[in-house]
Amino acid sequence: MANSNTQADFRTRLQDWIPKLVLSPSLAAMLVFVYGFIAFTVYLSFTGSKMLPKYDWIGFENYARLWGLSHWWTAITNLGIFAFLYITICTIIGLGLAIFLDQKIRGEGMLRPIYLYPMALSFIVTGTAWKWIMDPGIGIENTMHLWGWESFEFGWIKDRDMAIYTVVIAAVWQTSGFVMAMFLAGLRGIDNEILKAAQIDGASNWNLYRRIVIPLLRPAFLSAFVILSHLAVKSYDLIIALTGGGPGRATELPATFMYSYTFTRNSMGIGAASAVIMLMTIAAIMTPYLYAELKEKA
Amino acid sequence: MGFLDISNVTKSYGTVEVLHRVDISIEEGEFLVLVGPSGCGKSTLLNMIAGLENITSGEVSIKDRVVNGVHPSKRNIAMVFQSYALYPNMTVGQNMTFGLEMHGVPKPERDRALKEVAALLQIEQLLDRKPSQLSGGQRQRVAMGRALVRDPDVFLFDEPLSNLDAKLRVDMRTEIKKLHEKLKTTIVYVTHDQIEALTLSTRIAVMNQGYVQQLGTPKEIYDTPANVFVATFMGSPAMNVLPARVAVREGVPNAVVRDADGNEQFLPFSQPGLASRDGQDILLGIRPEAITDPDGADRKSSNVVPLENRVGVTEPAGSDTFVTMTLGGKDAIARMRADVTVRAGDTFGFAVNMEKAVAFDPKTEERIEP
Amino acid sequence: MSVATQDTAVSTGRVTRTFIYLLLILFALFYLMPLFVMVANSLKPLPEITGGNMMALPQDWTIEPWLQAWSSAQIGVEPTGLKPYFLNSVLMVVPAVAISTVLGALNGYVLTKWRFRGDSILFGLMLFSCFIPFQIVLIPMAMILGKLGLAGSIPGLVLVHVVYGVGFTTLYYRNYYAAFPTELVRAAMIDGAGFFRIFWRIMLPVSGPITVVSVIWQFTNIWNDFLFGASFGGQSQPMTVALNNLVQSSTGVKEYNVHFAGAILAALPTLLVYIVAGRYFVRGLMAGSVKG
Repeated sequence: MANSNTQADFRTRLQDWIPKLVLSPSLAAMLVFVYGFIAFTVYLSFTGSKMLPKYDWIGFENYARLWGLSHWWTAITNLGIFAFLYITICTIIGLGLAIFLDQKIRGEGMLRPIYLYPMALSFIVTGTAWKWIMDPGIGIENTMHLWGWESFEFGWIKDRDMAIYTVVIAAVWQTSGFVMAMFLAGLRGIDNEILKAAQIDGASNWNLYRRIVIPLLRPAFLSAFVILSHLAVKSYDLIIALTGGGPGRATELPATFMYSYTFTRNSMGIGAASAVIMLMTIAAIMTPYLYAELKEKA
Repeated sequence: MGFLDISNVTKSYGTVEVLHRVDISIEEGEFLVLVGPSGCGKSTLLNMIAGLENITSGEVSIKDRVVNGVHPSKRNIAMVFQSYALYPNMTVGQNMTFGLEMHGVPKPERDRALKEVAALLQIEQLLDRKPSQLSGGQRQRVAMGRALVRDPDVFLFDEPLSNLDAKLRVDMRTEIKKLHEKLKTTIVYVTHDQIEALTLSTRIAVMNQGYVQQLGTPKEIYDTPANVFVATFMGSPAMNVLPARVAVREGVPNAVVRDADGNEQFLPFSQPGLASRDGQDILLGIRPEAITDPDGADRKSSNVVPLENRVGVTEPAGSDTFVTMTLGGKDAIARMRADVTVRAGDTFGFAVNMEKAVAFDPKTEERIEP
Repeated sequence: MSVATQDTAVSTGRVTRTFIYLLLILFALFYLMPLFVMVANSLKPLPEITGGNMMALPQDWTIEPWLQAWSSAQIGVEPTGLKPYFLNSVLMVVPAVAISTVLGALNGYVLTKWRFRGDSILFGLMLFSCFIPFQIVLIPMAMILGKLGLAGSIPGLVLVHVVYGVGFTTLYYRNYYAAFPTELVRAAMIDGAGFFRIFWRIMLPVSGPITVVSVIWQFTNIWNDFLFGASFGGQSQPMTVALNNLVQSSTGVKEYNVHFAGAILAALPTLLVYIVAGRYFVRGLMAGSVKG
């Protein structure tokens, strides 16, 4: 059988190459700046790098030291508390607001932008604002005192045990409106006839949401979880602006830990090891999700 | 060599071969329809002619020029897509002349071609509109206009009527036929609608599972289908394919089938050659319109055979009445005149036009050449 | 603003509705409160803040804090105000947004209309790169920028933001173009248009909505970035870093009103963009990365 397909004309061959050529700068950048850099950082985490990178292989020593550091344990514990509360509260508020907004609310067009605008701000601005609002001297506590509620106390931001919760408050304020938008889009995507059928079947509003609507919002829950958890692991700016990691080291998170160990405490190897652990955490969450997304679209 | 030659063409995706050694050759001015169920490879073949998909092996040539590897725009073809594929950001006029513009045809010439085609299709008043402002039928016309303006060697149509409603589809079908008769263009047309295939084409290629099952004129396809697939795919209601046995009586081969009550009925074939199959099982193929009431039988036929059988279900359909009965252990459909009175459960004297009957081998399902 | 309002089949009683409205308004107040506090207190003289109620409107209106924040406040060691840093941010954001959007559009076009073997794996890698914690690239990035002579410069920051933004813009354009009928591209090919001509004449004219999304997304992300600015900004720090320096400065009296004015100045561009084009932003977010 003769293969007569050997000689494509110049134009066809050119048109075959142009797309790959166009894609190649982005691909090259990605391979170097993302995956190459990841490989490099992973390598550094196995070296004795201090202030500058060194290339001596010391095995898992950095990881062993890292898990022996109380600072790291503080950061990890804080991340656990923060991520759990941040994700849970954002989801509850987001879902609640979305369901309520979906009740043919007059003024929906005005309320939605109000709920959403915080996400246009940088965490630095959010942190600055909430830092002073929660400051006992001039913030909420002072206001309540001036309004006559003398016994009101709200000094969490200065309290080692409570400061991490102020981070949760500010972060929830910034992101919960966005979660609301995700759920609202999910709600609006549900086929109205399903709701009508459920009502004809005699479902109360409560049961309608519990048994029909919320299960149907599963994809929105999944997206919200993925986005929020990845934001939680990456949280850095908010801590810097709101508490600076303090009081003391009470609100340290892995992101701030990595930065300070790498750039101010001259323990680049340990910093790299902590970054690798952060990456692994996010990869564990993102990879199955992205895999499912891509498979579904292919 | 013909005007458009497809010789020994195959298509594989990886190790999976989806088109197997297709050979089709048509002359200038022919209207070839590729018809088959979805996934049969008809659109893939069309895309290969267009140059939108690579040819794995074999050759496609247009006007004696092998076009394998030639860019779609250099094949001098035009294509009408299922979704019409009108550029949403351009007006109708810009849509139609975009191809000419890309080929460097000067503006005055483009305008002249546009005017001519617009007049032909009666869409002059639409030229300044955007596609979104057109109805389905108008979009269809513009899509054809865009192809016509190019004055290509071959027109390719990819299920162009499938997005239209039933009535409009019939109108546009007629219109395409008229256009072809007027312009004598060479057309390759893909559809899954067997009626479109039969009405439009000068030749049909019936495809299934990546094979061309039969290539022939509409009459050949309809009257002498190459196999059971073609027989049942083309024509509506489908051809009755009934288990039967050949028995030679007085030198004439008969198809022996069991009627609804289990009695053997003898239906003599018009093809004496089938005598060689004496005693063998066959599949008897007979179209619904060849089983009628005695008065409705084809008077020109020399071989109308009476058949007594119990009536199963009657379905009046306005112009005809369809009668279902059990024959050879299967449901068989007869097509009667509308005013014949038959009732379910009655025993009725049918007339079978055995001149139109064909026989298939039950194993290979190929038609037995008498 | 994101999604078309649609009738829900759910009906609620009067008491429930009152409760719902009450709750919705309460939350609106919660979201508005920090903005109100910032604006109100940025227009007060300092003694009115330290001695007064943060929730009160100014008694003695003044724009002095704004002028100070803009042009004379102490940032780090120099009393320059935020003005030069605002300019840095603009100089960084505009090219970074433009380049990453153009690249994203071309990538999305290739990945949907000129598919090739392995393209979805490439896209998967690109997508994953959007979500990495940037801590994992900080060290090698600092080294490379130093080697390239771009450390502490605006072109360096532009490079960083383009590299880590192009995944998102590609994602947006890919999802958008995926819904765009491929038959149109085929028709244009038969009509004789090539790769760039199809992009320019067929794809770009219908890419308005997604371009708005991509531009806004990149603009907010890059403008609001702190980590890269703080790590690689050097002499060319962006607005966010400068604001943080202003607020965290430990010398002298804390001028809250100036801090608030500075915070609003830093937030203003993204807020404005959000107010003007927010509806497209949200719609795009829904259609894009986080499609439910």
